[in-house]
Amino acid sequence: MATASALLKLDAAAGFDDVSYEEKARLFDEVRADLRYPEYLYGCYECGICVAACPSARFYDFSPRRIAQAAAREDVELVYQQMQEDIWECSQCFSCLRCPRGNNPGGVITIMREVAVNNGLASARQALEGYSRIIYKIMSTGTQVSPDMLQPDAFPDWGPEVKDVSDNLALWRKALPPETLHTTSTGWDVDPRTLTELYVIWFETGALEMIKEVDEGLYTILEEIMEERLEEEGITP
Amino acid sequence: MTIPVALLKKKATFKRDPERVPEDFHEELFRLEEEGEWLVDRVTGPYVEVPTKYGRPKKVPKGHLWHHKSCGQCGHIPGYSTSIFWVMRKLGYDYNDPRDQTSCTAWNYYASATSNAAAQAAVALRNFAAAKETGYFPLIHCGTSYGHYKEVREELILYPELRAEVRKVLAKLGKELVMPEEIVHYSEWFYAMRDEIASEQKRDMKGIAVTVHPACHYYKLVEGDAIYDPDIYGGQRTAIVTGLAEALGAEVRSYSTWFDCCGFGFRHILVQRDFTRSFATMRKIEVMKEEADPDVVLTHDTGCVTTLDKSQFAAKAHGRNVGVPVMSEAQFAALSMGAHPYKVCQLHWHSADYRPLLEKMGIDWEKAWAEFEAEVKRLERGEVEFLTWDDVDA
Repeated sequence: MATASALLKLDAAAGFDDVSYEEKARLFDEVRADLRYPEYLYGCYECGICVAACPSARFYDFSPRRIAQAAAREDVELVYQQMQEDIWECSQCFSCLRCPRGNNPGGVITIMREVAVNNGLASARQALEGYSRIIYKIMSTGTQVSPDMLQPDAFPDWGPEVKDVSDNLALWRKALPPETLHTTSTGWDVDPRTLTELYVIWFETGALEMIKEVDEGLYTILEEIMEERLEEEGITP
Repeated sequence: MTIPVALLKKKATFKRDPERVPEDFHEELFRLEEEGEWLVDRVTGPYVEVPTKYGRPKKVPKGHLWHHKSCGQCGHIPGYSTSIFWVMRKLGYDYNDPRDQTSCTAWNYYASATSNAAAQAAVALRNFAAAKETGYFPLIHCGTSYGHYKEVREELILYPELRAEVRKVLAKLGKELVMPEEIVHYSEWFYAMRDEIASEQKRDMKGIAVTVHPACHYYKLVEGDAIYDPDIYGGQRTAIVTGLAEALGAEVRSYSTWFDCCGFGFRHILVQRDFTRSFATMRKIEVMKEEADPDVVLTHDTGCVTTLDKSQFAAKAHGRNVGVPVMSEAQFAALSMGAHPYKVCQLHWHSADYRPLLEKMGIDWEKAWAEFEAEVKRLERGEVEFLTWDDVDA
């Protein structure tokens, strides 16, 4: 028997009636306007090879084939539903590149996620709840995960070694022979000039601006940190 | 029942249909250089040619390498990075461990999409330009950085408007567009250097049963760059990791879900680990245990080591069939060359129990741990500020 959530994914039950067709079409147009889109989607044989290879399809009501089909059929309603319900389940492993037609459903999802973030869709806000500290870390320090993130209350499922690392962190980092690895709050010691250059990239490409739509508080913090540094260097973003 | 790799070798060999071989990206790479679009950072000095998926030989430089570090390795599996450096030092190849390097930021991009094609390409090319400024050639430690940089290269070749945007950004930094002649993953260096590594072997790996997890972003993203060797799996799977493990004398055993991802998921490993743990346990570790019963799982990417290692603790509490150490082939190679399991390979940062493996390798881990603790005491007493390469080999 089909589950309730599977039934909800039928075309006829795409839902989101409170959102106008025009708005859904606008978002789909944004997806299609991405310069990578034509190289990511050629059409679908419906062979299911992508689903067989997909890790997320094994544990979620998720299918890369439906993503490729909905986009290829230009099914505005279904694409919108997928942007609200499906895209954050993808593992971004790109096993679906096995597609004999040359599609890249994982790549289409990357673009759909970007559009979801840029437009502050509820799915993006929800998916990124609890993720702010990671965005903060990568955008402000240039390294994504740091040794001091290994806290037992953050990773209780990773075993007692996490506490050992946390308890001995400063000493164990000093015990590492590469000179760049004695850090605890960044993966390695990043040169301040390098960080300035990274901040310029975030400003100039609009990547920083994207944060505003999903987490205004985080955006304000990041903007302040970056503007202060750029100001010190005499750079106007 | 275990499936020896020797049996797979008897299967039909993958033969390339010349009509279906994609174009070599180098033609476009050099054409764009001729047109003044970018500089190609060439492989100079001694290199090893390795075979790739469609038969194109790939140059892997032996030395003078700029180590593009991995944030996940440096942050959470430091023995991974340390082992790469240690092996290179032991073989006598010089390198540059830069501070003028950022993460590729692709872990975040694949997790949260809070970035875009131009930002990602600018980050990549800033790092490549920084490498070129030093005169050293980039060697990419992380599988995701490697995969993503290949994607970036492909996008920049395809889209002139993206090149124009990135050029504008890099001009603000006073940098030119630089693209390496080859994007080289550290595991390709280990594959290329496997005979040299084996010639320096101090510990016999005969009798060590290994399963290999090939990393998705290594061979699925822009597949043409990945190493495929007709002599390994008949060229039907990437030869990476397996080639090295066999050269070191280990017994590589196959298992049916080798193509499956590890379950990392990028955002899942950080904020939705129920998926990651389930997948890693049920589709990888348990299948390996049931079909191949390995002494160790070897892989070659940050996320895969983390996922396959860390997912086992909770699974064990649920009575699942887990309990096998996981490490990078760089750590395995370092151990085979006589590296200290804690001072160099930093196995105390790992979760799954690696001690039975060390015993099988003939390593007295209790003695080794006491040696490491003695060094930590020196640090604690302030006798030394940091441990040096000389200290870890003492």
